[in-house]
Amino acid sequence: MKRGRISQQGIVFVIFAALFAAFAFLLPGFASTQNMLTLLQNVAVLGILGLGMAIVVIGRGVDLSLIATLAVPPGLVLQMVQDGHSFSGSLAAALLLTVAFGLINGWLIAYAEVPALFTTLATGLFLAGVGQALLFNLDVVQWSDGMAGFERLGQGTAFGVPMPIIVFALACVGVAILLRQTRIGAYIYAIGDNPYGARATGVPTRPIVVLQYVLAALIGCLAGLVMASSVNSMPTRIFNSTWIYDVILVVVLGGIGLSGGRGGVVNVVIGTLLIGTMLNGMTIMDMSYSAQNLVKGVVLLAAVIADSFLNPRNEETAQQGDI
Amino acid sequence: MSSGFVMRIAAPLVGAGLLAFVAAPALAQKGLDEPFQAQFKEALAGKTVAYVPVSMNFDLTEGWFAGLKKELEPYGMKVIVRDPNWSTSAGAQAVTTLLSEKPVAMVIHNPDVQTYAKLLQRAENEGIYVIQINMGSVYRSSGFVGANWIEIGERDADAVVKACAGKSNKIAIVQGALSAAASAYTLKGVENVLAKHPEIKVVSSQAADWDAAKAKAVTQTVLKQNPDLCGIVGFWDGMDIGTAAAVKEAGLTGKVFVATSGGGERKGACELVKSGAFDLDLSYDVPTQAADMAALIKWLVSSGAKAGSVKGSVYTTLVPITKENASAEMTCWNLGELKKN
Repeated sequence: MKRGRISQQGIVFVIFAALFAAFAFLLPGFASTQNMLTLLQNVAVLGILGLGMAIVVIGRGVDLSLIATLAVPPGLVLQMVQDGHSFSGSLAAALLLTVAFGLINGWLIAYAEVPALFTTLATGLFLAGVGQALLFNLDVVQWSDGMAGFERLGQGTAFGVPMPIIVFALACVGVAILLRQTRIGAYIYAIGDNPYGARATGVPTRPIVVLQYVLAALIGCLAGLVMASSVNSMPTRIFNSTWIYDVILVVVLGGIGLSGGRGGVVNVVIGTLLIGTMLNGMTIMDMSYSAQNLVKGVVLLAAVIADSFLNPRNEETAQQGDI
Repeated sequence: MSSGFVMRIAAPLVGAGLLAFVAAPALAQKGLDEPFQAQFKEALAGKTVAYVPVSMNFDLTEGWFAGLKKELEPYGMKVIVRDPNWSTSAGAQAVTTLLSEKPVAMVIHNPDVQTYAKLLQRAENEGIYVIQINMGSVYRSSGFVGANWIEIGERDADAVVKACAGKSNKIAIVQGALSAAASAYTLKGVENVLAKHPEIKVVSSQAADWDAAKAKAVTQTVLKQNPDLCGIVGFWDGMDIGTAAAVKEAGLTGKVFVATSGGGERKGACELVKSGAFDLDLSYDVPTQAADMAALIKWLVSSGAKAGSVKGSVYTTLVPITKENASAEMTCWNLGELKKN
């Protein structure tokens, strides 16, 4: 990218700032601290998922099974506690399931060399199916008394800030350190930029790819725990929803190219903020569902079109595997 | 001494006399055959009832299935289920396939008012009784069993309006999915009541797609803008668990009246009313609905009436669950216990 060019991240930030300013000016009550906290809290889970997706996408992969890891392991915790198991035991079982699932994803992609798109599409379906058929009695797994106290993860506050925001912030810091300060992070960027080049220079590409998917699964599970404790239940059929597109949207909108090797935590934060601002403003205006979808579509198109005008693709800027 | 002797002789005599008296009519009277039960049993035995819900795995559809099996299997009927798992096209395919399998009756839970309508008409033309449950289609079939959504909307709105008396009169509506007729009908019921109460101001009416997380997000934003909100009409308790979580987080439990509706499952309804999450949960008691469906099937199959020649509805009598009755044993049902029966 040449100097002076406005990156997509910049464009999205400008759109976010313009929307924010307009709402703050036009909607009474929008710019209040309380509303800002609500705005952030409402997109915190989406943001956490975005971080998981970012790790994978930067390494030139994609994880469509993220919503399954959001739904099934946390659902398992709720179900096991409901059935009378101890909370810590249930949590351990869920984490084991999550790690095993991430390992399977990673192994299939890194060693069996099945494309990430197909692998995660299939494994996601598989995990959701296992949940429905074997683990849960009902789609919506209800909270039970054995979980008492844990709901603070989703409903509590610390220093006046709702916990989901704090979890999102901590996850941001954690992922940022991983990507920017550690050797593993550098490897992920190298693999995303040019997997063959990275391998030729001695990067252990396969184990790193496996690690990416394990991390994504764990982050998905964390997001699910926040979500479940926030609404006191786990609606596991969320897997059938279009959430995964929202997650990809946050990542791509924020400026993390699907071709890998670019972007970071900042991009996820910007993408999340834009979505959050739009949703919050439109809810305050009490816009109809269809009108909301229309506005979302127009804003996204505007961002994509602006990007292709300001950063036209050509042989020089295009990357192999660009989507 | 003499009286003792008399007693010793008399007691067996009296005993024998009594025995003869009791036994005589039994010997004289033969059993009477009830004239209709044999035909009834014959009509039902070995027949198949096909059940196509929008999806299994949630309280309503699991409850109906368990209830149907409990009522019909003892008569030798087979209850089979085709689970489209929330896919409308898979459901239409299942119904089409069933047309050729010729079950004696179909129990259909429509995903919307149009998709299955033509198929259901074809089924009745081919002699299959069609019972529609909770969500009717535009085709009226032999039987409809279900909640009256308009009534649910009206009663929930009435309760909220009443709770708002003397307060801010600001209410919010959390709708289901826009494509679902149940949601649109309920909204109509709410509108009916609001038309009579011009003092009530609806500050938000949003669709949350039956999704608890979305309902929570919308309600949180609305409560921040209108902390003096006095009531919320929600359209399904499974979703409004999110609505209630937002009210609780804002510290407004008890101040904001939350009215909703659902199938009356213990964890999803009674326990949430008990905890104060919901102030009113109108239940369309699932086991009663299942019993109503089974009764219709028994009646239709034993009548031998031509499918589609009679058409009627059994609207479910709603059970309003409030703090007063939420702890009572009979108010709610439990899936595990229903399956055991």
